[in-house]
Amino acid sequence: MSYITAENLVKHYGTGEGLVQAVRGISFEIEEGEFVAVMGESGSGKSTLLSMMGALNTPTGGIFRVDDIDIYSLSRDQRADFRREFLGFVFQSFNLIPYLTLAENVMLPLVTVKAKSSAKRAMAEEALHRVGLGDKVTRLPSQISGGEQERVAVARAIVNNPPILLADEPTGNLDSKTSGDIMGLLKKLNAEGMTIIMVTHSNESAQAARRVLRIADGVLTDEERLICEAVRVRSVKQAPAVDKSA
Amino acid sequence: MTLKDIALLNLRRRKAKAAFLLAGLLIGVTTVVALMSLVETMKEDITNKLDKFGANILIVPKTENLSLTYGGLSLGGVSFEMEEILESQLAKISTIRNAANVAALGPVALGVVQVGDKKVLLSGVDFEATRVLKPWWKVQGEMPGSDQVILGSEAAENLGLTMGDRFTASGRDLTVTGVIAATGSQDDQIIFTPLATAQGMLGMEGRVSMAEVAALCKDCPIDDMVSQISDVVPGGKVMGIQSVVKGRMETLAHFQRLTLSVSAVVVLVGSLVVLVTMMGSVRERTREIGIFRAIGFRRSHVIRIVLLEAALVSAVAGLLGYFGGLGTTMAALPFFTESADISVSFSPAMAGTAILFSVLLGLLASTYPALLAAKLDPNDALRAL
Repeated sequence: MSYITAENLVKHYGTGEGLVQAVRGISFEIEEGEFVAVMGESGSGKSTLLSMMGALNTPTGGIFRVDDIDIYSLSRDQRADFRREFLGFVFQSFNLIPYLTLAENVMLPLVTVKAKSSAKRAMAEEALHRVGLGDKVTRLPSQISGGEQERVAVARAIVNNPPILLADEPTGNLDSKTSGDIMGLLKKLNAEGMTIIMVTHSNESAQAARRVLRIADGVLTDEERLICEAVRVRSVKQAPAVDKSA
Repeated sequence: MTLKDIALLNLRRRKAKAAFLLAGLLIGVTTVVALMSLVETMKEDITNKLDKFGANILIVPKTENLSLTYGGLSLGGVSFEMEEILESQLAKISTIRNAANVAALGPVALGVVQVGDKKVLLSGVDFEATRVLKPWWKVQGEMPGSDQVILGSEAAENLGLTMGDRFTASGRDLTVTGVIAATGSQDDQIIFTPLATAQGMLGMEGRVSMAEVAALCKDCPIDDMVSQISDVVPGGKVMGIQSVVKGRMETLAHFQRLTLSVSAVVVLVGSLVVLVTMMGSVRERTREIGIFRAIGFRRSHVIRIVLLEAALVSAVAGLLGYFGGLGTTMAALPFFTESADISVSFSPAMAGTAILFSVLLGLLASTYPALLAAKLDPNDALRAL
């Protein structure tokens, strides 16, 4: 059995005439240590899919398993524990807490962990060091650039060494050079064994992934696999529906 | 870093909000402490005054006639058919249920004696009990022993006697050991001698004319005690002297009720300020709460952050409110009592209660906002950006 399994995931919002079928039966498997990019146009359902993979958004139908755990059969508190133990989140808009220093922001996932403050601080400083911000631990988010804020978001996501990193448009707000740096960082983390699932609409960013899942109108339309450097194999899964809100 | 650190850092960052929260609770706690302190201090003042009254229960012989005296002027109404009070009956007062409340029992033997060409009222008293019953007495000289007397100031002047003088009354030689400074009462006109001496001179062995009782009045049931003493002294008419005090106590009780009502309103307003401020704070922090939940905070962790913030501000408000209330009481006290010797002092117990009350109030008013914060769906919270 694969490390991550999605079986016919469905997500609807609203009811009656206002019903929106954001995700309409997506299935896939991801092995441990993979780097997968999820691509699609705005409104294609990729962010909804990522939130379901992040144990944040209960699907209307289907099953989502990680390490053979049916995530949505867990209680809310158990899902919170799962997020803390298994997942690291990198949000598109960084989502740093403005009144906390970089070190304190990175320490957030450790707040509810029983450990000495000094140990937590050392872990946060180590994570910041890994993303190249070891010399700015006492600064506030407002005192650093957007690219650096994204790095802090990555440091926060990896501070407790989660097996899976979920990234939502991690380069969406960055210039091309900074985007390249961030993608290099994610590749490095993947090379160290971390499973990475990244939502992006950037072809350039997607090149860093070994597999690309394309979504359109809430369904998985095709999949690309990197066989070796610059050689990709594409397989069509399903044609997109014409009218997703019908 | 802990949840407490997050709460502290958030308060530090949102200073204006924290100050508003603090002000809401501070006004509430200050008002409650000030009103409560004022009532307590006034109660203490009245209790002190009550204690200075000395005797607050009188036992006089039963009579079927009405007194014909008014304002110290006798119109000739002498009471006949008086029942007697026996000393043996008075001794039974030590057996009543509230005997512990009896601070002093002073039997009095009264009679008229002839000193030279003048008639004077002789009063035989227990001088040990008199110290409690008449604390305002200032005796120049010494308390008398057997066959010795002290004189009221007017009696000394009228009889031309002073300390050390000897005189004869009803065939008995007596020595003046002291003179009581003017009291402005009937005591100024009386000769006081030990009870046994007076009983011997007046032929009242084993009997007394009346008795005074000083009951410890703070929380003591005067009416109950009057009834209990009446039961053991059948020849006596027992009266509680408490009309003035009772009136003041009733006024105070009205004031206390008003205080409670005002306090309740102020506390309600304070709670609403906390509720509204915390609700606003939670709404402002939707994104932050979404992040907390996304990175693995349980709902209980979010509740704890909100409640910790409320508790921290409330504790500070409680402490400051206590001192604010104390200061307000000190400033307001002169308008409520004329007593110069009454003051408000720091009470650790009341300070602790104020802090505890403030924290409980803050927590109570913040419970709903905290639950609201915990109920925020992390996905919705993050999508709402």
